[in-house]
Amino acid sequence: MLDLINDFSPGLFFMQALILIILIVLMRKFAWKPILNALSEREEGIAEALAAAENAKIEMANLEASNQAAAQEARAQRDEMLKDAREIKEKMIADAAGQAQEKADKIIAQAQEAIEAEKKAALADIKSQVANLSVDIAEKVTRKELSQKDAQHALIEQLLAEANI
Amino acid sequence: MIFTAFATAQAQEHNGDYAFDDEIESDGGKVNTKEEIDSYIDHHLKDSHDFHLFSYSDDAGVRKHVGFSLPVIVWSSEGLKFFMSSKFHHDDDGKVLVNDGDATFTKLHSKIYELDKGAAAIKFDADHHPTNAHRVFDMSITKSVFGLLFIGLLMLLVFGALAKQYRTKKIPTGFGRVLEPLVLYVRDEIARPNIGETKYRKYMGYLLTVFFLIWISNLLGLTPFGFNITGQIAVTVCLALFTFIIVQFSGNKDYWMHIFWMPGVPVLMKIALIPIELIGLLTKPFSLLVRLFANITAGHVVVMGLIALMITLKAQFGIVGSTGLSIFLTLFLSVIELLVAFLQAFIFTMLSALFIGMAVAEHDHHEHAGADEDDVDEVRERFI
Repeated sequence: MLDLINDFSPGLFFMQALILIILIVLMRKFAWKPILNALSEREEGIAEALAAAENAKIEMANLEASNQAAAQEARAQRDEMLKDAREIKEKMIADAAGQAQEKADKIIAQAQEAIEAEKKAALADIKSQVANLSVDIAEKVTRKELSQKDAQHALIEQLLAEANI
Repeated sequence: MIFTAFATAQAQEHNGDYAFDDEIESDGGKVNTKEEIDSYIDHHLKDSHDFHLFSYSDDAGVRKHVGFSLPVIVWSSEGLKFFMSSKFHHDDDGKVLVNDGDATFTKLHSKIYELDKGAAAIKFDADHHPTNAHRVFDMSITKSVFGLLFIGLLMLLVFGALAKQYRTKKIPTGFGRVLEPLVLYVRDEIARPNIGETKYRKYMGYLLTVFFLIWISNLLGLTPFGFNITGQIAVTVCLALFTFIIVQFSGNKDYWMHIFWMPGVPVLMKIALIPIELIGLLTKPFSLLVRLFANITAGHVVVMGLIALMITLKAQFGIVGSTGLSIFLTLFLSVIELLVAFLQAFIFTMLSALFIGMAVAEHDHHEHAGADEDDVDEVRERFI
């Protein structure tokens, strides 16, 4: 122990203290500060990048979910539209059919009316022709036998009225 | 690294063969006996005033020393004196006197003495202590100071270059890729867990500097240059004192409260605890300085002792046997010393951080402190 104290050199102690102080000051300024700053900057950068990646992942997932929702909605909309279209088509067909039926009925009714009128006209014509013809025939047949032409006519008129075609 | 250790062992053996020993010039300065080996090792452990690599005797039997001298700066009774250590001519026994103005100096066992006025030669008492000379305040650029300056310059260059790299790129290349994990290690394994997430940044400058200074000093001690920086008690005292001062100045109210008025114990106990806490205050830096000094000194003594086996066991095992054994054991121990070099730097820095952490910790809010610790753990896990 005494040897140790004897070996202690105050001069060396002083020089060591001086060198250590200067070295600490210089190293702090020129080495440790920039190195540690760069290291923590880099670590912060890495941490930020990791967080950003995580965020991007979450955003990606969100985006995908919303995409899916949008697709679902679009599909539903399409189905709706298709359904509407089908309905409209059916309605249109039904409407068209109804209209056609109506028109056809109308045409048929008109035709029947026309036919009825024609028939009546034809019958009237026929009636008069038959009357004339009958008179002519009867006249020719009975010219000689019947003397009183007027009595014959009255008889025929009466008969025709009775006949009432 | 193993290569370095091997080179160290080889070179030191080489050194041992041609060992310099200025005290024994009679047989060409060879170190052969146990006493000579002991004194050689003792000499190595001390700081020296010149940078000595090895010595040899040339054909004419003249002792040659390879190395260079270092400047001697002393504060004497005549004021500041400056001269080169070569003036002592490798003398370490107080035989060579150096006159500088009115002051006369001599070097005795790696220490510089100033002779009293009128003394022509150094006189010793029965215990070989000089009676007519006194020690001076020696600010010389000794081998250790030279080593410290070299390490400081090396650290500035190497880490300055790393700092410069970050200006242009995010990830360093080349040697910086090796240095970055070391800096991160000190930050994430030493400072953060011990001091706490919010306060560690302030102490990083000191912790990093001390860690690398001690580590490189220890490693330099394993090279053939024969540095023994962290084996100088003055150096470890200085380092421990710095930690001590930093701890006292960062101590918060809780820290001083725990020393002078321990909360949660009876008043009598509080008084009894004051001296114990005060002793604890001083034993912390003391343990720091002794641990580092003792570990490094022991390492150097054992490695040199094992190298000396080559000489001490020559009679029993022969030249080849003793040399082989010496190389094997020295190699083995040098590898362990490599580990110790790192370990001691780590422990010193770790304990410094721990003491600082104890001084700045918030004690009063125990729940809060627990949460803080969890935070630290979490942060650590994130970075592992």
